[in-house]
Amino acid sequence: MDRGNNWDWEPGKREIGDLAAWSGRYDMVYAPCVSPDGENIAAIVKTGDDEWSVCVNGRTWDARFEKIWNLMFLPDNRLIAMVSDSAVWTVAIDGKTWDNWYEFVWSPVFGAESGRITVAAQAGLRYFAVTEDTPWANDFNALTSLTTTRDGQTSAAVVQHGSFPEADIDKFQEGYFTAALNGSAWDSCYVNAWEPELSEDGRHLAAAVRTSIYNYTIAIDGRTWDKTFSCVWEPKFNPKDNSVTAPVKVPDGWTIARNADPIWQGRYVQLWHHMYSPDGSRVAAIGAPEYGKWTIVENDRPWRIRFKDLVTDAVYSPAGDRIACVGKSDGKWHVALNDFIWDTPWDMAWQPVFSPDGRHAAALVEKDGKYTIAVNGRPADITFAAAWQPVFSPDGGRLLIKGVLPQSMGGQYCRYVLKTENVAG
Amino acid sequence: MKKQNNLNNTQNPGQIHDIGIKRGAGRLSREKIASVLEKLIETEGGARLSAYINTCVHCGLCSDACHHYLSRGCDPRFSPAGKVKQTVSTILAKKGKVSPEFIKRTCEIAFTECNLCRRCQLYCPFGIDISYLMLFIRRACHLLGVVPQYIQDTAHSHSATMNQMWVRDDEWIDTLQWQEEEARDEIPDLRIPIDKQGADIFYSVIGPEPKFRPQLIYQMAVIMHAAGADWTLPSAPGWDNSDMCMYTGDVEMTARLKKVHFEAAIGLKNKRIVMGECGHAFRSVYDVGNRLLGWKMPPLPTVHAISFYSELLEEGRIEIDHKFERPVTFHDPCNIVRGRGLHETARYIINRVCKTFIELEPNREHNFCCGAGGGVINCGPPFKTKRVESNKVKADQLAAAREKGAEVVIAPCHNCHGGLEEIIEHYELGMELMFLSDILYECIKKK
Ligand code: SF4
Ligand code: SF4
Repeated sequence: MDRGNNWDWEPGKREIGDLAAWSGRYDMVYAPCVSPDGENIAAIVKTGDDEWSVCVNGRTWDARFEKIWNLMFLPDNRLIAMVSDSAVWTVAIDGKTWDNWYEFVWSPVFGAESGRITVAAQAGLRYFAVTEDTPWANDFNALTSLTTTRDGQTSAAVVQHGSFPEADIDKFQEGYFTAALNGSAWDSCYVNAWEPELSEDGRHLAAAVRTSIYNYTIAIDGRTWDKTFSCVWEPKFNPKDNSVTAPVKVPDGWTIARNADPIWQGRYVQLWHHMYSPDGSRVAAIGAPEYGKWTIVENDRPWRIRFKDLVTDAVYSPAGDRIACVGKSDGKWHVALNDFIWDTPWDMAWQPVFSPDGRHAAALVEKDGKYTIAVNGRPADITFAAAWQPVFSPDGGRLLIKGVLPQSMGGQYCRYVLKTENVAG
Repeated sequence: MKKQNNLNNTQNPGQIHDIGIKRGAGRLSREKIASVLEKLIETEGGARLSAYINTCVHCGLCSDACHHYLSRGCDPRFSPAGKVKQTVSTILAKKGKVSPEFIKRTCEIAFTECNLCRRCQLYCPFGIDISYLMLFIRRACHLLGVVPQYIQDTAHSHSATMNQMWVRDDEWIDTLQWQEEEARDEIPDLRIPIDKQGADIFYSVIGPEPKFRPQLIYQMAVIMHAAGADWTLPSAPGWDNSDMCMYTGDVEMTARLKKVHFEAAIGLKNKRIVMGECGHAFRSVYDVGNRLLGWKMPPLPTVHAISFYSELLEEGRIEIDHKFERPVTFHDPCNIVRGRGLHETARYIINRVCKTFIELEPNREHNFCCGAGGGVINCGPPFKTKRVESNKVKADQLAAAREKGAEVVIAPCHNCHGGLEEIIEHYELGMELMFLSDILYECIKKK
């Protein structure tokens, strides 16, 4: 997959599509989205009575459908949507539908590095996943929490294996839920399974499980840890050695455990969404060292800063030496990087994006309905009516900004390439 | 002929067959009970428990607050302090050394003879929160595996699907698309936006809406459309804000449910959460679940539909086309009135939209519970007769409003609808029940 090497990185502004003009051509235009390279903007459009299509850069797909939803560009710039005709559903990619149709398709997940797509599907009240038009070999009574690897080759989900009579509370507690990898369910079933997590190579699968209505633990490839807890959150594989860790609740608070043994000394009021640096040498989580005070905890050391409302969207830099996140206090949203909060508070902030060399971080932010990009804390001096997350060039020297200009400036969707040094704070 | 509350017909305490209670208690031994209760008292029965128990002077002032007590001929077994005496106090006095039979009766009291409505707290000179004590008992019952079947099944549904009605992920999305399609027959450019990143409003509902009352989603879509609101619903689990685990004592599942609900909104970058017309869900999201997770307040601003409608009217974002003709009365739901003080907000809406408003007596924070709340109605059919008999005062209260001319009862809460429906039917009151959104849908200018 092209990771941006062949994109147009020439500094300047290019007008790609006139969204406002589309509104005159169609009865309805909605759910606009833009491609990773910024070269395309698409939206769902109404082309007739109960007839819908997709408009890309002003051109309408030839195909027409009864319903369309979930329009999105994949990392490889393909445009997909869930489409329905004669009350059955499939995936359309760049206007061409898959061969197989189902009673419903939803929950598209894709390999971040390949764009390979998998969706959840239902036919005859049986549930399974479909990858690039090939369904899993097995189907189940229910399926949820679909996920896939970065290469998109492996998919996994929580599945219900077998059925139990309605309102039969004893049967339910015998355990009917498990996880399935590429359609093969684990042999063991649990009262519940949640938050399936694949190892990077797709060879291992872990999930949070409840072995009785009181006991929570982590199962890896169908085998549980030998201790249970009063609660656990989603497990993660260490990319270095595929060992599995998870936040677990022990009597004096939350901590991180590997193989059911705490690996952190600290105990926290809350600890979740832990993540590994790409080389697996560091682990960080969103946590509350004190009640109602949120921060990032890295290798069991909390940052000094605290947010009153929440912390979300934590992300490691590619080299693993920096962490950025979004935090909220007193109703205002902030971006924080390595224990420092960027100056300006916002009405909303999206997950920060690092340059490949990790030197710069940029985030889509919004205030009073105006969107802009903040780079290393400094807001760019253009604002948009709508905008998408920015992308750094492979060498980090350029920044691609994708936004729809306000009506007062024409309302067009534009693609800007800026020199990072000119916008970075 | 009107049905009277004949105590001879009453399902006697302990006589009701519920397999969750019966089988659960059948698996218990005295030793197991003692060890579970001792541990619970030690780990979770902190200062609040002992303060309440030690402060109560048995004055009985709380008795007249309780609809169970009043509806059952002032039988002291149904008084708030009486229920505490039969359950928590006995367990503490006996240091947990009680029998499986005792647990059965205790379970029935905590789950079906108290609605956790907190009316009695208002009348207690010390503000003792009986609902907290009954929840402590429910927690004990959960840990002992003795929970009424139907509410336990609902808790199971929550754990497996993150909604209370076993609604599958595809059924939910399909319902939204179906309602959008229906609504477009009326308003061609109406949308029910799914997964809209950055929308101002994350709208969440309770499981029964897609299952039994999809028209409420339709109506909210019409109201949102008329207001020009920037709103969305999530396609993934997290759309259901309800929480019966809060009422079965499964606090770990409550925490998980609320995490999924809040994170659905946070992940979509929505600025605030508007919740549909449900009371217990509001208690779970605004008061209980957030705090279990370590948040002092909800991480995003969270409002009940009443606050939202009132805001739309005040700001002129929706306009009234015509007033609702039939005389209405209003039932104040416990969780958003005693729990959140939204009584005047509700009256503002009613007075703006309805021609004739007749108050129930008593009203506002003194209103009687519907008899369904606190998960009592979720204990299901085995307890139906008991429920309606336990709320004759509600029937009397509604009948008095009807005598003054009220034809329609507005109740902005799903559980209240369940409870009031049973009461209206059993006592043959002949009144119609409506949500505020039913009235607004009928009366606003649709754009
Ligand atoms: S909380 Fe409500 S139902 Fe329970 S004892 Fe008090 S008044 Fe009665
Ligand atoms: S009013 Fe308060 S002090 Fe008096 S009996 Fe009731 S709970 Fe106890």
